[in-house]
Amino acid sequence: MTPLLEVSRLTKEFTRKRGLFGEASTIRAVDEVSFAIVEGETFGLVGESGSGKTTTGRCILRLIEPTSGEVRFKGDNVLAFSRARLRQARREMQIVFQDPYSSLNPRMRVRAIVEEPLVIHKIGTRVERRARVAELFELVGLDPSHLSRYPHQFSGGQRQRIGLARALALNPSLVIADEPVSALDVSVQAQVINLLMDLQERLKLTYLFIAHDLRLVRHICSRVAVMYLGRIVETGPTEAIFAAPAHPYTRALLSAIPVPDPSVPRQRIVLDPDSFDRRAPLKELKAGHFAAV
Amino acid sequence: MVRVGLAIVLVTLLAAAAGPALSPFDPADQDLARRLEGPSLSHPLGLDELGRDILARLLVGARISLMVGIAVVGVSSTVGMLFGSIAGYFGGRVDDVISRVIDVLMAFPGILLAIALVAVLGPSLTNVVLALSVIGWVGYARLVRGQALRARELEFVQAARALGAGSRRIVFRHVLPTAFPAVMVQATLGMAGAIIAEASLSFLGLGVQPPTPSWGTMLDAGRSHLFDAPHLTIFPGLAIATLVLGFNFLGDGLRDRVDPKMAR
Repeated sequence: MTPLLEVSRLTKEFTRKRGLFGEASTIRAVDEVSFAIVEGETFGLVGESGSGKTTTGRCILRLIEPTSGEVRFKGDNVLAFSRARLRQARREMQIVFQDPYSSLNPRMRVRAIVEEPLVIHKIGTRVERRARVAELFELVGLDPSHLSRYPHQFSGGQRQRIGLARALALNPSLVIADEPVSALDVSVQAQVINLLMDLQERLKLTYLFIAHDLRLVRHICSRVAVMYLGRIVETGPTEAIFAAPAHPYTRALLSAIPVPDPSVPRQRIVLDPDSFDRRAPLKELKAGHFAAV
Repeated sequence: MVRVGLAIVLVTLLAAAAGPALSPFDPADQDLARRLEGPSLSHPLGLDELGRDILARLLVGARISLMVGIAVVGVSSTVGMLFGSIAGYFGGRVDDVISRVIDVLMAFPGILLAIALVAVLGPSLTNVVLALSVIGWVGYARLVRGQALRARELEFVQAARALGAGSRRIVFRHVLPTAFPAVMVQATLGMAGAIIAEASLSFLGLGVQPPTPSWGTMLDAGRSHLFDAPHLTIFPGLAIATLVLGFNFLGDGLRDRVDPKMAR
């Protein structure tokens, strides 16, 4: 079966020039990243801040133009799309942002925010769009009578639901969730996560779930990829990786998960960056479980 | 301060709107026998070198000042917002070109450039507005460019791109509204600048042409009677200073409201 999304050797380099005559320095934020996501699954992309996971997500949507590599969506190379074709493709690939405060335009009423994708793609009449907006609002568990409010009149969790309603307006098949709950309170996190999972089932969504919270990833992802300094250092079924992490970075990351029982003995592994070869290629350890060791 | 500024501006606006109704005299009526006469009960601000009522002339002059101010601010802020947002949002070569043009225009002493332009185009009210707008838009463009650079990275702008919105929609719906409060402040302060500039050009004889009264031409006419009839210059001078102060108070107050970090 062809994967819904196939990313191969995706690379993004940022060039920065120091001063007027300084030499340009290049940073590889994303370094030959490859993975594939099949329809209906939740694929987790984990790593610390600066590991390149957000840049990877934005490159897939071409919000940032990648330097090289290939992104195939339903078999078509997204990076070769013309502007018009890309606009069409964006109906099927959507993104939910991390920050529920900056991701909604503070000067627009939430009705206009959720309606915007329909207006952009000229879908339906004004009346039909209004009805669809109300329907979306209900779908994400909000009260349609609040549609003429402004974003600041909602809580963080509610705003994240509004962002989700906007993303779902065009019936996408793939949703890139870029740390969708890390800015929220823990109790609200659970509600939003449950909503995401519920919607996945009802709307047959596929998620690329970008996160640094490993407990969350373990809870909702069927497969994960661990990124470190722009590279995927380990990838495979979630349970396999949590049961037997092979890469030193994965081990260090997993050891940092808080444990609720204080009497449980735990050892925090500190990563020694010199203890492994950063250029090592991914090797298959067990079926589907790869690590760069 | 905002209130004082607002009061001054509103009173001037009303006075300019009511205009001749506030004074029983026609601003063009001459009474040569009483030329240079000082303030009296019938003529509270006195008479000028041709025996015309100064109050009536100031009221008509207020219209000119405000009209020029509004026109210059309107034209330069529109042009400035357009180029500023294009430069800031698109970046790259477009930004380089627009920014260099801004730099060049900023390097000119503004009023000299305006004088040169009016001298070439010929003195008239329209040309004053044109000349002041040619130098005026760069301030707005620089301001909006900075705001657009910042807005480009905002997540709701990224979200609009991800939804497939075109550049025009993003600039007009998402980027420009972000810059609007700052533009409002700049526009209020810009009114003050435009009023002074118009008065300066008219003072030099490059603006409004006689017999139309303008605060600048009135100052110019009073110059030769500075010692024997100072009221000819004092009242138009006070009018300019007060109105400019009013706009400055208003602008500073607005800035404090828009950007709480600037408030003391």
